[in-house]
Amino acid sequence: MYWDELHETMRPADLEALQLRRLRATLERVGNVPFYRELLAREGIRPEETRTLDDVRKLPFTKKQDLRDGYPFGFFAVPRNKVIRIHTTSGTTGKPTVVGYTAGDLDHWSDLIARNMTMVGLTADDVFQNSVNYGMFTGGLGFHYGAEKVGMTTVPAGTGNTRRQIEMIDDFGVTALHCTPSYAMHLAEVAEEMGSDLPSLRVGMFGAEPWSDATRTELQDRLGVTAFDSYGLSELYGPGVAFECQEQDGLHIWHDSYLVEIVDPATGEPIGPGERGELVVTPLVKEAMPLLRYRTGDITMLLEDDCPCGRTQRVARFSGRVDDMLIIRGINVFPSQIEHVLMALPEVGDQFMVYVDRDERHLDEMTIEVEIKRQYFSGELADLARLQAKIVRALRDALELRTHVRLVEPGSLPRFEGKAKRVVDRRGNL
Amino acid sequence: MAANEFIIRQISVFSENRPGRLAAIAHALEEERVNIFAFSIAEASGFGVVRALVDHPVRAHDRLTKDGFNVAFTDVIAVRMRDEPGGLYEVARLLGEAGINIEYSYAYSGPEGAVLILRVDRPEAAIAAITAAGKDLIPSSAFA
Repeated sequence: MYWDELHETMRPADLEALQLRRLRATLERVGNVPFYRELLAREGIRPEETRTLDDVRKLPFTKKQDLRDGYPFGFFAVPRNKVIRIHTTSGTTGKPTVVGYTAGDLDHWSDLIARNMTMVGLTADDVFQNSVNYGMFTGGLGFHYGAEKVGMTTVPAGTGNTRRQIEMIDDFGVTALHCTPSYAMHLAEVAEEMGSDLPSLRVGMFGAEPWSDATRTELQDRLGVTAFDSYGLSELYGPGVAFECQEQDGLHIWHDSYLVEIVDPATGEPIGPGERGELVVTPLVKEAMPLLRYRTGDITMLLEDDCPCGRTQRVARFSGRVDDMLIIRGINVFPSQIEHVLMALPEVGDQFMVYVDRDERHLDEMTIEVEIKRQYFSGELADLARLQAKIVRALRDALELRTHVRLVEPGSLPRFEGKAKRVVDRRGNL
Repeated sequence: MAANEFIIRQISVFSENRPGRLAAIAHALEEERVNIFAFSIAEASGFGVVRALVDHPVRAHDRLTKDGFNVAFTDVIAVRMRDEPGGLYEVARLLGEAGINIEYSYAYSGPEGAVLILRVDRPEAAIAAITAAGKDLIPSSAFA
């Protein structure tokens, strides 16, 4: 079932024609923003010279810091009385970023959410509980309006009072839930304590935080749902930019509304399908706050094969942030890749550390410290050396990089509460 | 006499190759009043395995595990050698001729003579060959 079959399944040639038309309209709209007017003039770019989609590469990037510098309303392309809502993004440093929406934006955004919800099998017959923050965070109102557009019975539960949330799920016969994966885990625990196995619940939509396949399995088992990954960011409306379909194998990103590029975070050069890089998006329908080539900072790749559901090209599940990326001998490495390799090896403990140094020949060296689980210590040096070689090989296969692996005593690596700082870059400045 | 009477439990301790680790192991054994008959350190890149033959292997194992070490028991055998030129040759030749491979070995020489500790690929065959040649093996009962 499709919400908007025309746009969800568009053939490449038609899609490209639509994207080009919308890109040119976007370039006209950004002309109302002093930041872009000056930037394009400085770079000698004339909007009318954008003749093909590839010409987008000639346009400058927009970075998060640019939006911060425009605080509060510097990026609005319409008079303020046309902006009918604002949200802000939680900046971890400095001022938040303000995003604005026209009536047309809210209509378009809720339409994208309706596509996502229909894609995972939800209809007007469903009862939907939205257990995310309803304040300045876009996840609350974004999903709320999309669910109402589909015609679902919508429960604006917000966060907190978890026992009451469980009661509502049971009493209202809630079939679909949206929340962060960590809150979903908490809900599962409290439901178990209360002795409810949430019989009505069948669909879980989780986003706003990265989550692993192991978490998916656990949430599906404990909540009795099929769990779908939701991706979005406030600068691109909010949630709804990309979403998993019932195949649960990558996210459909809505190409009629978002022009997608994957670039090398270090150079900004394009990266082909099947290789990970930074997602760069030019929104194609935003009115209040159009953006050019927005650097999302999120890491993914374009998937090459067609999805059996018939929708347009997918991106892979997101695997970390550009800020975490290391460049080792010219190769981009994400700590999440290292974690993924290590977690797949049963002999290795849960903790690890990564050290990056530059040796006397000015070559980058990456050293990874891992603990060996007690039950895998045979007492034989040869077994340890074999295990060490196995870890080096697994890392080389995944990262295409030779690393040093140090086996350390159990319990000797730092344990982190909250955000882990597993990477120590000791290369200094050259 | 059952062959496994001569199979002795060596304790093997995983240790990072950095200052103070051997001291930490030795101090724990001192506190447990565990006496070390013989020990050796095998070293690879950045880490090693400390191998020790002690009078109370279980007590040593439990204490080191409690202190956070990775500890395992490894089966070895211990042969008395003549403490004079040719003593080692005699045992090594015997095993070589029986087609038994020595994975690693260390020795100590005390007032009661010299002892060779061996980790071999086929301990039962080694015990048979050594006993048949009339050499003395130290029984595991020598260690509590």
